[in-house]
Amino acid sequence: MTTLVRPYGDTTGDGMVQISFTLPVPHSKRAEGAAQQLAAKMGLDPALVVHAKPMGPDYTFFVVYGRVHHLVDLDAVEVVERDYPLLTPKEVNAAIKRSLRRRLVVIGACIGTDAHTVGIDAILNIKGFAGEKGLEYYREIKVVNLGAQVSVPHLVDRAVAERADAVLVSQVVTQRDAHLLNTREMSAAFGEAFRAEERPLLVVGGPRFDEAMSGELGVDRIFGRGTTPGEVASFLVHRIAS
Amino acid sequence: MSGKLDLDPVTVRQARSLARKAGRPIVKLAQQHTTVSVERATLRLAGLGGADAEGTPWVNRLMDAVRADVGLEHGVALPVWDALARGEAEDLVTLAQKASAGSVRFRHPEGRDAQRARSASKRAVGGGIRRIDARRRERDRLIKKHGDAPRTPWIYLIVATGDIHEDIPQAQAAARAGADVIAVIRSTGQSLLDFVPEGATREGFAGTYATQENFRLMRAALDESSKELGRYVRLTNYASGLCMPEIAALAGLERLDMMLNDSMYGILFRDINPVRTFVDQRFSRQVHARAGIIINTGEDNYLTTADAVEAAHTVTTSQLLNEYFAKEAGLEDWQLGLGHAFEVDPAVPESFRLELAHALLARELFPKAPLKWMPPTRHMTGDVFRGYLLDGFFNLVGAMTGQSILLVGMMTEAVVTPWLSDRDLALQNVRYVLDAAGGLGEDFHPAPDGLIASRARQVLAETIDLLDRIVHDSDQAGDPPLLAAIADGTFGLMKRPPDGGRGLDGVARKARDYYNPASELLEEK
Repeated sequence: MTTLVRPYGDTTGDGMVQISFTLPVPHSKRAEGAAQQLAAKMGLDPALVVHAKPMGPDYTFFVVYGRVHHLVDLDAVEVVERDYPLLTPKEVNAAIKRSLRRRLVVIGACIGTDAHTVGIDAILNIKGFAGEKGLEYYREIKVVNLGAQVSVPHLVDRAVAERADAVLVSQVVTQRDAHLLNTREMSAAFGEAFRAEERPLLVVGGPRFDEAMSGELGVDRIFGRGTTPGEVASFLVHRIAS
Repeated sequence: MSGKLDLDPVTVRQARSLARKAGRPIVKLAQQHTTVSVERATLRLAGLGGADAEGTPWVNRLMDAVRADVGLEHGVALPVWDALARGEAEDLVTLAQKASAGSVRFRHPEGRDAQRARSASKRAVGGGIRRIDARRRERDRLIKKHGDAPRTPWIYLIVATGDIHEDIPQAQAAARAGADVIAVIRSTGQSLLDFVPEGATREGFAGTYATQENFRLMRAALDESSKELGRYVRLTNYASGLCMPEIAALAGLERLDMMLNDSMYGILFRDINPVRTFVDQRFSRQVHARAGIIINTGEDNYLTTADAVEAAHTVTTSQLLNEYFAKEAGLEDWQLGLGHAFEVDPAVPESFRLELAHALLARELFPKAPLKWMPPTRHMTGDVFRGYLLDGFFNLVGAMTGQSILLVGMMTEAVVTPWLSDRDLALQNVRYVLDAAGGLGEDFHPAPDGLIASRARQVLAETIDLLDRIVHDSDQAGDPPLLAAIADGTFGLMKRPPDGGRGLDGVARKARDYYNPASELLEEK
């Protein structure tokens, strides 16, 4: 019935939380006082500094327990839901097998003069990113990674030759809006080379893109900083194989 | 062999002989080919450093010019030292500058001219080799002077800020906190660069570029720390990717102490062409052997993609292959930091005993090798408290099975790059386990028919099956069986054909009159 909650230690409504942090202060009584004050400012009342340990001559690590009086109204919590389900590699493979009955073909590249393959490699290489394996790891995905400094005409040619289902482009360099110009050039070239219903899915990624600009840039999806291979794979399946 | 597992010596000999059989055709392949990076490493050993205004190293400029005129297959030495002898330039840098401006034509010298170029190049490269020898003696001297790490396993910590001037204070702090070995992680993507960046660098992605100047700065800083702490602190970097030979040469010249060096990693995880990287690996290992550098191999990585129980034997297989390749290149047992990892899913029943079995198997198969024991990553979930416990068990296996190099696990693995407090807590964890149970190996004798001993025997048997499959593998092109096996997806589930991957255009089959003074000097016994 009630949608108001506060943290739970061992008794309903006790509001107990635990935090840890480091202050750039040598360990002393004053340092512990500083930790206590910080915790109090964070809303812990009372704040109990239960552990303080010097880390080298100039820093001190603290563990603090305390009660917070804040309430959270669950009805007022807003979250941006992903508009496609996040799948495990196994589920991705199964979905592709089921609906395409062949491997899903993905071509990746850094286009223009951009030589930073960090992003595309994080998504494509088996090594992956953030503990998730890259798309090469997926049995039902065929990955063609063209690497860096790929020209747009070459990318289009390869997409035709490989019958790509999706084209992934990574752009790190943003000088003079190079990432936006390159992306527009790419989407225009694919628009010319393919009939709309046959065009591969166009996905771009990079740390400086605004994820809301996909329409304006003529691509199907933009992924920003911190995107993991699993998110990209799930998106591809959502759009191509479901 | 300490014999806690009572491994059958005949089986162990059989495993080694199969590894030799699988490895030998690869060595032959490496002997028959050269690469742009092997040739550039030769130029570096002869003292050519620096880069042009665009940051392209002079070794690349010179190599490319020579290749355009006479090809790669004869090697870079004869055309270059012939041009110097003809008076095209007074030294290598000037020659490289003129060559990149297009004002020098290279030729492949013959007869007396070839003889003259041959001895001049050998003299020049010999200077670099002598410098590597001097650096090795200097390491021995410093270890004697300051003392060595106080105990094994050596405690191995990573720094990775992207900025060498930030890395230095972090590395010194880590050494003060107890690290015996500091590894500077490279910038993501460096393995795919077909050149070694130049100078001190301040911008990397999730790591710092490996450059000669960065090596020099960090080694100097750790020499200060060694003096302050009264123990020699070792420095590690990565001779992997497309520039293995060059980075190995720079490591030798700047007295790095350990180098990650495993072409299988590049093949599987970076899609580097197998032929390119096996050729590069052999040369780089010859340099490491000469420099007294300990190599670290990357078997732990297989377990980050494949299941650590199902794929345990692929680790052992790769260790045996790496041992063969390393020894063939001249490395000694004490230089073989063979890798393995604590990656069994903690939800698997008896996972700790399985880890003990795998770690003990590696220890007993390679009793004299400084094994590198890698912490859990795959099953670190963001629950830092559970991760801390897992790291404690990892440390305990390391202590009980006599691992030599222990990469310190962070409870915040997969969450953040380690904070100051994470590193401190992680070191407390290691220290507690080593103080509390460092000698437990002495009392630890697994029952002959218990789970640990039988599991170890099972992994060894599976290893022999796999090696046997590898030596009988084949492809239509008639490539060495190991290359065919790599193309089949035998390791880490990745399929890497010998004619695919990056860097193949930098490989050439040696011509009959190929000459490389570095190879000649490194292979002299």
